[in-house]
Amino acid sequence: MNKKPLTERILSADGGLVSFASYQAAGGYDSARKALTEMQPEQVQQQVKDANLRGRGGAGFPTGLKWSFVPMGEAAGPGHKYMVCNADEMEPGTFKDRYLMEKDPHLLVEGMIIAAYAVQADKAFIFIRGEYHKAARALESAIDEAREKGFVGKNVFGSAFSVDLVVHRSGGRYICGEETALLNALEGKRAQPRTKPPFPPVSGAWGRPTVVNNVETICNVPCIIKEGAEWYQALGIGEDAGTKIYGVSGRVNKPGLWELPMGTTVREIIETHAGGMQKGYALRGFLPGGASTDFLVEEHLDLPMNYGSIQAAGSRMGTGTMIIMDDSICPVALAMNLQHFFAQESCGFCTPCREGLPWLEALLKDIEEGRGSTGDLELLEQNADYIGTPGNTFCLHATGAIEPLTSALKYFRADFEQHIEQGCCTYQTSAPLKAAGT
Amino acid sequence: MPKIIIDNKEYEVADGDNLLQACLSRGIDLPYFCWHPAMGSVGACRQCAVVQYQDENDERGRIVMGCMTPVSEGLRISVDANNAVNFRASVIEWLMLNHPHDCPVCEEGGECHLQDMTVMTGHTSRRYTGKKRTFENQYLGPFINHEMNRCITCYRCVRYYKDYAGGTDLQALGSRNRMYFGRTEPGVLESEFSGNLVEVCPTGVFTNKPFSESYTRKWDLQSAPSVCMGCAVGCNTSPGERYGNLKRIQNRYNEDINSYFLCDRGRFGSGYVNSEKRIRNAGLRCEDGSFEIIDKTDALNRFAAIVKDNKLIGIGSPRASVESNYALRALVGEANYCAGFSDAEAPLVDLAIDLSQGHGKRAPTLKRVEAADAVLLLGEDVSNTAPRLALSLRQTSRNVSKEMAGPASIPLWQDAGVRGHAQSALTPVYSASVLPTRLEDICTDSICTTPERIAYLGNCITQLIEGKSVELDEADMAFVNGAAQALKSASNPLVVSGTSLLNEAVLHAAAQITEALKALAQEPDLLLCFAEVNSVGAGLITGALSMHSALKKLTDGSVDTAIVLENDLYRRAESEKVAAALSAASQVVGLDVVENATLEQATLVLPAASFAETEGCCINYEGRAQQFYQVYEPQGDIMAAWAWVAGISKESTETDVREKLISDCAIELPCLSRLTHLNRMAGQSGRTAAKIPRQTHRFSGRTAMNANVSVHEPRTSEDVNSPFSFSMEGDSAAQPGDLAPYVWAPGWNSNQSVTQYQEHAGGALRGAADAVFVSHAASTTTLEKTGPIFGKASGKVREGGAGLCLVPVYCVFGSDELSAHTSEMQARAGRARISLNPQDAKALHVKTGDGLYCSTGEITPGQSYEVLVSASMQQGFVGLVQGAAYLPAGAWVSFVRDENWARQPEVIARG
Repeated sequence: MNKKPLTERILSADGGLVSFASYQAAGGYDSARKALTEMQPEQVQQQVKDANLRGRGGAGFPTGLKWSFVPMGEAAGPGHKYMVCNADEMEPGTFKDRYLMEKDPHLLVEGMIIAAYAVQADKAFIFIRGEYHKAARALESAIDEAREKGFVGKNVFGSAFSVDLVVHRSGGRYICGEETALLNALEGKRAQPRTKPPFPPVSGAWGRPTVVNNVETICNVPCIIKEGAEWYQALGIGEDAGTKIYGVSGRVNKPGLWELPMGTTVREIIETHAGGMQKGYALRGFLPGGASTDFLVEEHLDLPMNYGSIQAAGSRMGTGTMIIMDDSICPVALAMNLQHFFAQESCGFCTPCREGLPWLEALLKDIEEGRGSTGDLELLEQNADYIGTPGNTFCLHATGAIEPLTSALKYFRADFEQHIEQGCCTYQTSAPLKAAGT
Repeated sequence: MPKIIIDNKEYEVADGDNLLQACLSRGIDLPYFCWHPAMGSVGACRQCAVVQYQDENDERGRIVMGCMTPVSEGLRISVDANNAVNFRASVIEWLMLNHPHDCPVCEEGGECHLQDMTVMTGHTSRRYTGKKRTFENQYLGPFINHEMNRCITCYRCVRYYKDYAGGTDLQALGSRNRMYFGRTEPGVLESEFSGNLVEVCPTGVFTNKPFSESYTRKWDLQSAPSVCMGCAVGCNTSPGERYGNLKRIQNRYNEDINSYFLCDRGRFGSGYVNSEKRIRNAGLRCEDGSFEIIDKTDALNRFAAIVKDNKLIGIGSPRASVESNYALRALVGEANYCAGFSDAEAPLVDLAIDLSQGHGKRAPTLKRVEAADAVLLLGEDVSNTAPRLALSLRQTSRNVSKEMAGPASIPLWQDAGVRGHAQSALTPVYSASVLPTRLEDICTDSICTTPERIAYLGNCITQLIEGKSVELDEADMAFVNGAAQALKSASNPLVVSGTSLLNEAVLHAAAQITEALKALAQEPDLLLCFAEVNSVGAGLITGALSMHSALKKLTDGSVDTAIVLENDLYRRAESEKVAAALSAASQVVGLDVVENATLEQATLVLPAASFAETEGCCINYEGRAQQFYQVYEPQGDIMAAWAWVAGISKESTETDVREKLISDCAIELPCLSRLTHLNRMAGQSGRTAAKIPRQTHRFSGRTAMNANVSVHEPRTSEDVNSPFSFSMEGDSAAQPGDLAPYVWAPGWNSNQSVTQYQEHAGGALRGAADAVFVSHAASTTTLEKTGPIFGKASGKVREGGAGLCLVPVYCVFGSDELSAHTSEMQARAGRARISLNPQDAKALHVKTGDGLYCSTGEITPGQSYEVLVSASMQQGFVGLVQGAAYLPAGAWVSFVRDENWARQPEVIARG
């Protein structure tokens, strides 16, 4: 039985592009055909709900549940409904969606057709990161091919359902990955997050019911429809269902991406699949799901990578693509680098994020460059607490920004103290990771 | 009303409020920046954090933003919890990272909301050691300074300017901690409501430029409640004075009229009070034409002698107060009195008063305008003739978005949510005008045509409302049908028209539509605009003479003396006739504020007080009588016009002159009988026992400010005419909200302190007296329906002229007489303009920016105008901006290209 529903075709193509022909030959678009011609939209929603598919963008919200919030039939009122794929993959260290889109674009297209059908959206967008030229071109060709066959557009598969699918290239800001900021950007407005409520399924793009799902999430939909909820549930190890594309970057022997059962342990991912640490380097810590997740350390290696276990350990699975910090890297410099990124990417709407993050970066820069003073750590912690507590800021950008900092202060506090006491950074090899800092 | 628990104390709060509004309404200080009572919440600044508890057992709670959390029965919150207090202090600390320490040189200092909130949160010491961010500022025109370094990024400016006022040239630019609020390039802010940025900005990014030129701290200003003289809307203002100069105009909250906002004419148009052209002394015109200053007693004696020995006529003015007009009428007698309107305007004012007062329902307040669910603008370009009304209509257009918010469970104060959900959905607004208006963007449909045609289309709308049919071309039909359907299906439809087109048929058409809607058992409102601050008052203080008959009496010698009250007659009649009449008169007594052409021919000139230097009352478009109070004692021999006139006509003890005038007026003119209710505020019979100080309790320098004249501290003048004192002593606490000379409350030095005067944050003023309205007899106008559609509006133009037919056009900057004497207004007004159809422009060989002069016809020849070619202008018609000279509507005029005209290097889009 197929254990890699997301990547099996890519692997068969030796990591090359899965063509329309080979996608179809492998049973492609059968799921969409089945959903549109044999199932009611509510049945599709239910099957995805039963499969316990959870959002792969980071938050892990149950996908079927999100779909079920969309008003159906007359309750939706007059006008469009929108299905939006969040392909604005800008999380540092994360490149899983890019892999799927560049290599197997038809999988996402098929997933989008089914998802749009499930919520009866007549307009579908793939909001893609501006720098993902190759993926955008691949998707555009895939959509053209699918449209030619009548899989996208009017009366898909001869059914009564019609859907437009458009690739929208982002102007480029990290915040566009926040679903409501994404919707504002899609509408041509400033990419600032919106207040919730109203939630997008009630009032999203152009004030109409809208669902926003991550690329990997959508890519899971065709196999759920094809093989059923139970089959999908059985793919995962432990509490979460399906497979997950895990990734590792940093000084490991074989950095990369692997589709593995949801709940594979961190140790297996790093040691077996990524080939362990490079010679001469030891693991100090890792960010399990991208830059906006808390550091974990060696004691967490045997945790299964799923939503619940990682959260219980004080971090988040996030995108599931981890960044390894080895013992040659200065944790202060890394924290500073990350704060620089998040401060740069603040949309500028709310005060704690806009003003607080640059201050944190400045404090970290002082410490890293030997100008730190006693009291700086308390200042960092106090600010981090007020900036990072969910609800204190308008959206979760700052919360994510604070996660690596507070955890670095927790696990690598001695490094921070040493910087302040000695008035310099003792890591000589941290140069490549040093922030521009300006 | 739900009960909520704030710091273990139970409070009853208004249903539907957010927590911030609820706290402020119950007198609990909670700091905030981005929330504004008129603009709602967006949750940007995070300053109003409170701790919300799940239930009685929850001791930790979590931080929520007051402005983003709805009240609900039994909700438990804490404002004083350590966590909330510390978080709020942190927010201020973050805002202060980049805010410069320039309070001593900042115009906002002393009335800065940021200062107030900083003190309120207790943030006192600086922990950030880095550099502060800096920006380049922009030139934004004659009204507004820009100092971006002070910005705390609360987003209020763009939310006000773009979202609330419909401006398009101020943006939120940049991102992260380099957000920039400005234009894409330096230049004049286009919106005629730009001045409100000064009050909306919680700190000193946008400040009042003319005020900066001669700056005074708020605490050093002397103020009194006043009324804007810019148009007939009657916005409430708070003028501030120091050293005998009127320094600035601030908004004064009035729930029913202007709420928090003024137009730029109102805010920046009072510079004439300090102008070099100001008349400060009485004077005689000598034989050689020079002007000889005489003292006050001499002037009064001479005036008395003139009145005693000659046959008089008096000419009043729609820009003078009720008191002044009535005093003059009482002096000369009704038979010899002319109300001061042009002969074209006078009957329209009468008609409009009759239509808007006499049909059982008063014209709506602006607050009510904002609640309408369909609007028809018939002929009136309100952005230029009643600007504050235009701003209200923008809010009206959003009512549908508020209706949409309910089913989506979005609270109405959640501004971004309401707007985002509604997208571009707008309440129907239809507009028929001569030229495109600045409300086009909120109009469902609009049409540009001639006044006669506007009336005709209006009557067609009536026909459709009554279920009859009309025949029109496609575009007109779409407009007429759309408007009729929108008005019919609305529950509070509003019809707006006015006297500005000087066209009786337009007013009739507007009234007909309202009557037709009434027949459908709706609650229609009819709002008719008037030209000047006291047009309604002057219209009600009737005189037997029309302007022409008054002038004729002078020309033919049947009277030899004219007393002209605050009126430049050259704006009211043809210049030859005025010139002839004034030279024929043996005595012309002119009372006015600034120099004008009429005063040039006056034999005795008496310096009249401006609105800031005297008391008086004016009656606005609704028929609402409003009192403006003396802000300061004028220099020189300036006196209220009514005091000059009454000073010689009454055996007065001086103390009760005004009170007597009002009571006499109330007896003589039944429609004004209720004006005596205004009078109860006066003198010792006022509502407050102790006088209300005009000066703040921090007013500085009173022992020194006159030291250049005398080292002795001058005795404080007694003010017997009002409840106010010219001092800093008195009962400054617990004033009735409508009598607050300026707003201030402990800990609230900025204008945001107005909330402390309101019964509910954003609601009615505490202790305010009931508004006083004129009473009006039943209508005498018969709305006849005869002729092709209706008799009065045939859709045809007056026939038989040569050249082009003149249509009046208005400009917010320049059309108003007094404000046009203010240099900033002149800068915005530019040159007198003429709008032409492209065909007519081609025939005259001119393009936009060229000059045309009037060669022959029914207006004074010789004047040149700047051409503005507009396809919306009907062929054969010209739109002439009202203001500079007398321009009769419907007149036929011939124009010739002005070969000597110097084109401006760049024609800037003007107001």
